Amino acid sequence: MSDLLLAPFQYEYMQRAFLAALVVGTLCSTIGTYVVLRKLSFIGDGIAHASFAGIVVAYLRGIDYYVGAAVVAVITALGIGYVNRRGKVSLDTAIGVLFTGAFALGVFLMSRLPSYAVDLQGFLFGNILAISRSDVWLVLALSAIVAIALVMLYRPLLYTSFDPVVAQASGIKAGFVEYALLVLLALTIIVSLEAVGIVLVAALLVTPAATAYQLTRRFTRMLALSAAIGAACAVGGLYLSYYLHAASGATIVLLVTLAFFTAMLSKRRLRSVP
Amino acid sequence: MTDVATGAAAVAVSGLTVRYDRVLALDGVSFTLQAGQALGIVGPNGSGKSTLLKSIAGLVEPSAGRIDVFGSAPHSLAPGTIAYVPQIEAVDWSFPASVYDVVAMGRYPRLRPLARFSKHDREMVDSALEALRLGDLRSRHISQLSGGQQQRAFVARAIAQEPRLLLLDEPTTGVDAATENALLTVVRRLVAGGLPVLMTTHDLDRASDWFDALMVVDRRVLAEGPPDEVLASGAYAGIREHTHVHGHLRSQEHAHTP
Repeated sequence: MSDLLLAPFQYEYMQRAFLAALVVGTLCSTIGTYVVLRKLSFIGDGIAHASFAGIVVAYLRGIDYYVGAAVVAVITALGIGYVNRRGKVSLDTAIGVLFTGAFALGVFLMSRLPSYAVDLQGFLFGNILAISRSDVWLVLALSAIVAIALVMLYRPLLYTSFDPVVAQASGIKAGFVEYALLVLLALTIIVSLEAVGIVLVAALLVTPAATAYQLTRRFTRMLALSAAIGAACAVGGLYLSYYLHAASGATIVLLVTLAFFTAMLSKRRLRSVP
Repeated sequence: MTDVATGAAAVAVSGLTVRYDRVLALDGVSFTLQAGQALGIVGPNGSGKSTLLKSIAGLVEPSAGRIDVFGSAPHSLAPGTIAYVPQIEAVDWSFPASVYDVVAMGRYPRLRPLARFSKHDREMVDSALEALRLGDLRSRHISQLSGGQQQRAFVARAIAQEPRLLLLDEPTTGVDAATENALLTVVRRLVAGGLPVLMTTHDLDRASDWFDALMVVDRRVLAEGPPDEVLASGAYAGIREHTHVHGHLRSQEHAHTP
């Protein structure tokens, strides 16, 4: 048994993959708690797809994909907040407008390339096994920044998620908190792209938190449960994909989806609040 | 802020005008509220009562005029200064929070990042729960509360904040008598302790129990003074009939509320 568990670790690339999966799984599912409670499930898809334009531009310019994706993701996140506030449209409409626009720009630019660049496909579906040593460091650094910001903003985020109007009246800068969350989401998504890819990153943001929501009615427990489920499914999914010779990102997402339906159908909701 | 010590008004509003697109919600409203005073605001639906509270809370931008809260603009006040209880709490009742969790949020504006939830914080939450008779319900999920209990939980959250100004938007509308009495007791105790309170209401029968002064508002201030005198003046009765004709005003105002 221990051989089975340890076997993948004989390869250095697998060690890197497991570390990245653990960090990405934990980070996505932690910030995902706010995504679910603020009903922003659409946003993971939105920012991830929009960042595709940044990846194509980075490819054309010969700069690092991460940099291109991060810049476009943060701009899109801020743009979503701005359109939401200034355009007097709902947040999901703002996301819909900006994400399709930016994604279309990416497809437009790519379609004008003489030949489709094969390595761009990796960003659509992710390939955590190909993650480089420097990418792992980048994942760790960005994750640390997001984690520290989430800790610092814990109470304002919780209050504005529940009751933004009263929170703002009491002196909490609800607008700043919302922009900060959007930027943190953008960074989280960029960190996760190599692990699960653009198409699947939304699942890691939404499903672990939605699963935790089935199991508890207390916020702190939901946060902890979501992080645990996300971490376990990311690492577990990577193991499964290794032995099943399947795509890692897809296996991870299938595992969290399975966790969600298990939690939902078990119906043993821990409704009691002590 | 130094004005407070010299006895400046808690709230000073002058020429406040608020427009939602083309709808004029408030037109040149002026009044002052002193510390230790409860001021009741009455007026028909759509008269701009809620807009007035939102403006003072810094949630609505005035089109013209000036609002000073303890000598500062609402936006530049220290966190925790104003506690606002809206008329309708548009929260998600399935949010994972107990009554205690919600009331504890009242402490959040005053807490710095990473600051521990101190003994004083817990005491403030406990005493707010007790004052609103929610002690037995503290562990209950918010979705399991009656309407009156929900209202008491939000007032408890406002009180736990230890605000310097309390804004209540029709807290007694649609609540049971026990809740109304609990609210009245709490508000009068806070006012006696020097807190300024601004509250909208439809309930005129007990106006003199609740308020030190009453103000009739229908986009403009129509009357202001001691509750008995204002009610005797007939200023409110006059606009009540007026509203029957223009009863659509409320829906207009709400449609344009951001």
